[in-house]
Amino acid sequence: MKQLTRIFLLIFIASFALIYLVNMLNRSEGYAGNNTITIYNWGDYIDPELIERFEEESGLKVIYQTFDSNEAMMTKIKQGGTTFDISIPSEYAIEKMKDENLLLPIDHSKVPNLQYIDQRFLDLSFDEGNEYSIPYFWGTVGVVYHPDLVGDLTFDSWDDLWDEQLKNNIFLLDGAREVIGMGLNSLGYSLNDTNEEHLQEALQKLSTLTPNVKAIVGDEIKMLMAGEEAAAALVWSGDAAEIMWENEALEYIVPSEGSNLWFDNMVIPSTARNIDGAHQFINFMLDPEVAAQNTEYVGYSTPNAAALELLDEEISGDERFYPDEELTARLEVYENLGPRMLSHYNDLFLEFKMHRK
Amino acid sequence: MSNAKFKLSNLYLIAVFIVLYAPIAYLMIYSFNSGGTMQGFEGFTLEHYSEVLQDTRLLIIVLNTFIIALLSAAIATIIGVFGAIAIHFLRSKSKTTLLTLNNVLIVSPDVIIGASFLILFTIVGIQLGFTSVLLSHIAFSIPIVVVMVLPKLQEMNNSLIDAARDLGASPWHVISRVILPYIKPGIYAGFFMALTYSLDDFAVTFFVTGNGYSTLAVEIYSRARQGVSLSINALSTLIFLFTIVLVIGYYYIERRNQRPANGGAQG
Amino acid sequence: MEARTRTIYLIPYFMWLVLFVVAPILLIVYYSFFNVEGQFTFANYEKFFTPVYMKMTLSSFWYALLITFFSLAVAYPTAYLLTKTKHKALWLLLIILPSWINLLLKAYAFIGIFGTYGIVNALFEVVGIGNQQILFTDFSFVFVSVYIFIPFMILPIYNALEKMNPSLIYAARDLGASSWVTFRKVIFPLTLDGVKAGCIAVFIPALSLFMLTRLIAGNRVITLGTAIEQHFLVTEDWGMGATIAVFLIIIMALVMGLLGLRKRGLDLVKR
Repeated sequence: MKQLTRIFLLIFIASFALIYLVNMLNRSEGYAGNNTITIYNWGDYIDPELIERFEEESGLKVIYQTFDSNEAMMTKIKQGGTTFDISIPSEYAIEKMKDENLLLPIDHSKVPNLQYIDQRFLDLSFDEGNEYSIPYFWGTVGVVYHPDLVGDLTFDSWDDLWDEQLKNNIFLLDGAREVIGMGLNSLGYSLNDTNEEHLQEALQKLSTLTPNVKAIVGDEIKMLMAGEEAAAALVWSGDAAEIMWENEALEYIVPSEGSNLWFDNMVIPSTARNIDGAHQFINFMLDPEVAAQNTEYVGYSTPNAAALELLDEEISGDERFYPDEELTARLEVYENLGPRMLSHYNDLFLEFKMHRK
Repeated sequence: MSNAKFKLSNLYLIAVFIVLYAPIAYLMIYSFNSGGTMQGFEGFTLEHYSEVLQDTRLLIIVLNTFIIALLSAAIATIIGVFGAIAIHFLRSKSKTTLLTLNNVLIVSPDVIIGASFLILFTIVGIQLGFTSVLLSHIAFSIPIVVVMVLPKLQEMNNSLIDAARDLGASPWHVISRVILPYIKPGIYAGFFMALTYSLDDFAVTFFVTGNGYSTLAVEIYSRARQGVSLSINALSTLIFLFTIVLVIGYYYIERRNQRPANGGAQG
Repeated sequence: MEARTRTIYLIPYFMWLVLFVVAPILLIVYYSFFNVEGQFTFANYEKFFTPVYMKMTLSSFWYALLITFFSLAVAYPTAYLLTKTKHKALWLLLIILPSWINLLLKAYAFIGIFGTYGIVNALFEVVGIGNQQILFTDFSFVFVSVYIFIPFMILPIYNALEKMNPSLIYAARDLGASSWVTFRKVIFPLTLDGVKAGCIAVFIPALSLFMLTRLIAGNRVITLGTAIEQHFLVTEDWGMGATIAVFLIIIMALVMGLLGLRKRGLDLVKR
């Protein structure tokens, strides 16, 4: 008994000593107190140097937490109990959060740098007048492929993915909207289509893709493609940029039938505590020089026109990531289809996944 | 046992250990890779280690992980041991019901546990962070402790307790002088398992954490978007070597202590 | 023990039981009656009996059985041989130790080991088998799952073997039984409880595996756990997720009842 008591006492004392130590560390790092701003962002989606610079310039301490899906992020914010000052969701999530009153309006007078954003990316349907969100990055969905491994396929058409040469040799990203959307696009339908016949047709067509699909994966897709585990993959352009940074032999293309145009925008969640700091942060990120540096680090396409001018021609002139007007016209933004339709999309995707080779 | 058979059985064990440790060795080797990814070893470097040692935030997270593990395991052990003692002395019918309920959390998928705890904390109004994570870890560790302690209680001869009570021992004395010393190995096993579960848990913590509070498993998950950064490999290597030294050290100290004492239920 | 004191010791445990076991179960059941739009419905239960989910349930069972079988096949001899070693407690600890390393990290290591240009394939090339696809196959999924679960199979079997009275084996030998007969008639029956506990500890978590299904099986295997995770985290269809969870809890109760482990405090462990 004595021994038991002693051991458990020791454990408690050790834990409290550790708690004390952590508190000390937190304080010395400035993580405690009111002078902080909590950013809730995708993993590795900002240049860490910029966070340091923002801390220096503003005198605020940044607490950085990451999420791995819009849904996980929304769940956390919806449940309350958190105090995130900034989040960076995708456009359909912004629409949803707006509907559920999870966002605070952004005071445009506090973000003068908004003037640098390209007009094309402002006042879009998911957030008219940019009342709640400010563009951060944008991009497309397309095919990343290894030219030596795909024969004469160019992926100018989605149908190239169905080619027999690619048997068991393509990866798909694990997203219902993306994969079903690809099926719809390849048939010439809109990726926001809600017509049941069209959706079933798309599912039919996708099921014939099964023999070619090696795996349906998440973020590992970058590592796997850079390691040449498959010849081609359906990816977001941002991931493609990172893959091509790792492995220069690879190419990226948006098939001509059309595809998705996506945006990740900065928002202030309704649970924010440091609203002033949040505005400061948004304005800081919109600064052309900062945005240019961030673009170089993250590798996604920047909506910041002034920043684009600061960037190398090699980046800003890259049509793969900054597509011309003609292709852009064929790109569609995901519309909020409502929970029922979305869940139908997910069911169809599940059915597709269940197809055995 | 014949010599040939002995060798064959040793070979089997060696093979099992090789497979068990192969991925860990792989992680360790790549923690020295200057290439920056877990594909293609390019050259030897210690830069990932210096990165780990300079990263205060990572250090805080590691400490948080240990605090949660130690505290939750200790509290869960205390609650669980008394729970097990109480269950043991119940009538067999209510005992079955309680045991079934007890085991629900052990066999439920982490995702369900995490999601339902998240709803629960929201309803009760607990801020997500240290408290919510600690409570969840205590909650999912308790049944494991109960399950580890109960068999020991069943082994115990009830006449021991009757004898103690005949001699006029109070209920607390019966527990502290007779029962606890007897089930001590079970208590340690329970604590040890609770610690393992807490250190290993990702899914439940992922649901119930917030406000910048993070444990190692969650941090690894969010850093893994890029393919795992090798500083995580370096950190895991350090922690793993540390635990190995701890375990082996503990084992030898225990053996040394045991020899003169020769077992025995001394409290 | 007197009822009054017993109640006092029961209080914290009971509070835990109500707050963290009963309440979550009730919540799950409650949620299972609502659709994505928050209306009361039985549709989730109807949906569970559609071919898609039935197929998923069956394939989950099939893979869980495979994983349990292979875990047992590897774990039993390992546990048996461990009890014969000199520093058995230390070796047992060393078997458990790998489970302290983060699962995700181990999964990434396996991606590297099993990949097209990984160690195993390099070995295959040298031996002359040639490059094979290992990653994203049934084999890699079962292999890695067995790898993850094996300590939890070894532990209860090891305990059962340790508890066994060695004089029983000597007696059997003295009576002229061969090693095989001794094993079949004496050792195995006496360790049956450990085997059952191990099987439960592997089978039920295997039904609800997720993460590995994506990382190692490339979503070619969909288990009930994967579906629950998707419904809770991705599609936000909590009702459907909760419905699957309800069935999982029922299956769990059935399996435990079937193996008749309720009468003893079982030394089983999750995952």
